[in-house]
Amino acid sequence: MALCMLNRLDKLFILTIALSLAGCNGGYSILDPAGPNANAVRWLWWGMFSVGSLVLIGVCALWWYAMRKPHKDYSPYDVKRITNRLVLMGGIGLPVVCISVLLVFGIPAGHNMLPWPSERTITINVHAKQWLWEVSYPDHHIQLTDEIYLPASTPVNIEITSEDVIHSFWVPRLGGKMDAIPGRTNVLRLFGDKPGSYAGQCAEYCGLAHTKMKFVVHVLPENEFATWLSQQQRSTGEANQ
Amino acid sequence: MNNDLSLHSQFAKVWDNLPGWGQLAAVNHTSISRRFMITGAVFFVIGGVLAMLIRSQLALPQQELISPELYAQLFTMHGTVMMFLFAIPILEGAAMYLIPKMIGTRDLVFPRLSALGYYCYLFGGIIIMTSLFLGIAPDSGWFMYTPLSSAKFSTGPGSDFWLLGITFVEISAVSAGVELTVSILRTRAPGMSLSKMPIFCWYILAMALMIVFGFPPLILASILLELERAAGMPFFNPDAGGDPILWQHLFWLFGHPEVYIIFLPAAGIVSTIIPVFAGRPLVGYRWIVLAIITMGFVSFGLWVHHMFTVGIPQLAQAFFSVASMLVAIPTAIQVFAWIATLWTGRVRFELPMLWIFGFLFIFVCGGLTGVMLALVPFDWQVHDTHFVVAHFHYVLIGGMLFPLIGGLYYWLPHLSGRMPTMQMGRWAFWLIFIGFNATFLMMHLTGLLGMPRRVYTYEPELGWDWLNMLSSFGSFIMASGFGMLFLDVILHFRYGQKATFNPWQADTLEWATGTPPTSYNFLRIPTVTTRHPLWDTPKVEPKVENDGQGLEDISHGRRELYGTHAVTGKLMEVIHIPSHSWLPLISASFLALLCISLLSRAYLLALGVTALAALSLFRWAWVNGAHRVMAPLSDKELQRREPKLHSRTLSGPGLWGMVITLLSDGSLYLSLVFGWLYLWTVAPNSKVPDVATVSLSVMALSGVFLTIAVVLYGQIVKRLRSGNATKLVSQLSRVFAFGLAHLLLLIYLTATTDLAITTSAHDAALLVMLMFLLFHSSIAVVMTGLQIVRAAKGFISQTLPYEPAVLNPFWVFTAGIFWVSFACFLILPRVW
Repeated sequence: MALCMLNRLDKLFILTIALSLAGCNGGYSILDPAGPNANAVRWLWWGMFSVGSLVLIGVCALWWYAMRKPHKDYSPYDVKRITNRLVLMGGIGLPVVCISVLLVFGIPAGHNMLPWPSERTITINVHAKQWLWEVSYPDHHIQLTDEIYLPASTPVNIEITSEDVIHSFWVPRLGGKMDAIPGRTNVLRLFGDKPGSYAGQCAEYCGLAHTKMKFVVHVLPENEFATWLSQQQRSTGEANQ
Repeated sequence: MNNDLSLHSQFAKVWDNLPGWGQLAAVNHTSISRRFMITGAVFFVIGGVLAMLIRSQLALPQQELISPELYAQLFTMHGTVMMFLFAIPILEGAAMYLIPKMIGTRDLVFPRLSALGYYCYLFGGIIIMTSLFLGIAPDSGWFMYTPLSSAKFSTGPGSDFWLLGITFVEISAVSAGVELTVSILRTRAPGMSLSKMPIFCWYILAMALMIVFGFPPLILASILLELERAAGMPFFNPDAGGDPILWQHLFWLFGHPEVYIIFLPAAGIVSTIIPVFAGRPLVGYRWIVLAIITMGFVSFGLWVHHMFTVGIPQLAQAFFSVASMLVAIPTAIQVFAWIATLWTGRVRFELPMLWIFGFLFIFVCGGLTGVMLALVPFDWQVHDTHFVVAHFHYVLIGGMLFPLIGGLYYWLPHLSGRMPTMQMGRWAFWLIFIGFNATFLMMHLTGLLGMPRRVYTYEPELGWDWLNMLSSFGSFIMASGFGMLFLDVILHFRYGQKATFNPWQADTLEWATGTPPTSYNFLRIPTVTTRHPLWDTPKVEPKVENDGQGLEDISHGRRELYGTHAVTGKLMEVIHIPSHSWLPLISASFLALLCISLLSRAYLLALGVTALAALSLFRWAWVNGAHRVMAPLSDKELQRREPKLHSRTLSGPGLWGMVITLLSDGSLYLSLVFGWLYLWTVAPNSKVPDVATVSLSVMALSGVFLTIAVVLYGQIVKRLRSGNATKLVSQLSRVFAFGLAHLLLLIYLTATTDLAITTSAHDAALLVMLMFLLFHSSIAVVMTGLQIVRAAKGFISQTLPYEPAVLNPFWVFTAGIFWVSFACFLILPRVW
């Protein structure tokens, strides 16, 4: 009983430290990735941002020039030529080129984020309910609330379910989000490179305490994770006895 | 000239609204559309105040200005008010004001429907707002995701207010959609073929058709969710074979076209204003028409991009991702056609153009982030964050509000007869433009730093505080800009300089109606020979020909329009439309009472009110055609040199209205079939539904009776078409008898079938299907019954063959959905 109590206090302490740590470095920032999936999205973003800014400036400048340039009388033939050139190059060419480039980079990036089968994969169940996250390790009989421990450099499948309403599981620095939907099980692949603690939160509005529905993901080096697993199993074993 | 003056006073007598309280019975499009726009502006202010409250709460971290309960109501109502009570109605209002004037006619084709739509909008809006003042407003977000909005997790009446109130308001949207479509297709001035139509009308035609097809999925979804909440029918409950994701599909099936429903009219304003200030016709008219049509179609295939994180199969995500990106092409075509128009024109930089430039910058920015969001892996990261909030404000405020204000300044002289001034308008522009970008530009970064939407507060030290402060600060600048704008417009009505005729030297016909316009727009309906009548023909006049005088005779006291061919614009008939009527107000009041009684769960009262509403609507249908207050037969009408009145033909506007309404109805029905098949095949606990309890033989027998009725009815119409109107009463009675037999069997079947509607989503869906059939069959039977009386009274005859032609498509539709239901709902599961 006392052990159990201590354990809980311990957890609370770790959680507080982790949250404040997470606050210092990156917090929930997509732009400060800690894994290959989030990293790919960061590169996509900066690429799209650069091209998008160029297009925005270009189109507005062209518009401004068209409005302000000295007037010239165009023959109907010239008008047709200018129109076709602008519409074909700007209206069709520009979006087609931009979209193609975007897909060339985007499709492989998205493809790599999917939970492809692999022998090293470990599975963790996350069950969302108003307003907390129940975490369980199916092979190890470990139950946690609002915190997840992962080994670094290992593909992890998070199997996400919901007890009540729709929630969304999101650890911004590790990768994209996935909804927790009653009646369904969704799988999200997480992959952490750098050991550390990363903040997670519910992204889909789920009721009054949605704002407070947060959790922490601890990415441990692989050997530490193994130690952690055996420790946890021992303590749950003792608790059961 | 003197002659014209006395004509004008005669026209005013027929066309003007009743004085005093009689204004409530007004049906004239200019009056009704003004009310739409003013009411829309009021709701805009309310929605804006809600936004200011949200921004105040978020200005500082861990602020406790507003409780989480109230905050949830605020963001839900802000979205709801802005979308359903401001954006759509105000654009409908603008379209209803401009379209008849632009196409050279005197009114919309179903004036009473305009008035009904307005009252439904007004009453619905008031009902929804009441919930906010009572502190029980909907609080699950404006897209009402269930199960959060279900009876279990939203125990208060908030969701009911949303579901019932919005559905009520949607009556106005759908009726405007039907009315605008038919008006544009059938009442253009003689000679105005589709290719001579002002570009704005193309945009509105596309918008109206998109409303017709796009709103029904949401109406169905709202009905299903309300049934789940009120009667426990588990459409969205996975334990009983339902699925919460079905709500999302139906919602976004509406929700995405909705974005284009808002954008298209605004783009239409841009396409109208730019050529006027460039002093040359719009270049690439055909390109733009093609772009509009493409946009209309593609926008129905994008909805899943709102749902990339719900775990939809990858292939489907890829399809919707690419489709969402491709919609950039028709948008870009328009932008570059506008640039080409400016390029080859001689540009005058007046106030409306300033707003159009603001539109361009903001909208292109929003479009670009839209393409980014269509990329699935990026969406997985930023979905449901402030990045998305910033994106859709860029699209909606840039794509809708800026052109709307540009259009406001452009058409102000038309509304008031006075010119706007540059100074204050310019101030308002810069305050709103700078305030907007200060609020939303850096909000993209707030989202990238991980701030989710709909959180009521946040911790400091996440890097979000200064960004939120900036956004809140910017939003107050923007609000002051709107204050300036309203002040400018109000002052202008009082002090603005008088406008001259066609002050901007525009090309479209609305500027020929006088500023401000008369209630009948045109004394003589003009004949159109070019796409730019005011540029190409100095004096717009009717060409006096054998078959038309421009309808300048008013001695008959009827309100009349020309009906022309949908494609060629060739003169076909004279459409007589109803003048002022109390029926819209009465019907809308009963419908509002129905809404309130459902809200307070007084079902007995609801039943009574439904009966009253039905009575007033059937009365409405009765006062039509050759009825004495409409267009009773007279000998004079044969002698005048105008085409026949439409109720003496077989293809008047009523037929078109019926067909367009049935398209909308069909969309509603298809949404139901979609829901049925979805629950059967995709829902988590899906299995082949058990439909054995429904007796196939009774159903088939009922269907046989229905089919006989439809065939007989078709023969009546065919005989009327060939001029044979003998034994009408007995023939109609036969149809009535078969229809009634069908209906009674269907009622018997529904009453005796043992459906587990509270434990099985399939059974619940079956009941909705049966109700759907019952509703249509009863209307068909009652309307036929009324026609028997009308035939006996002489309202239907050899010279008046119109009404059966109008009802015929409804009978065919009723039979169609009956047999499709029979196949999809009853046979398919058995043979599976």
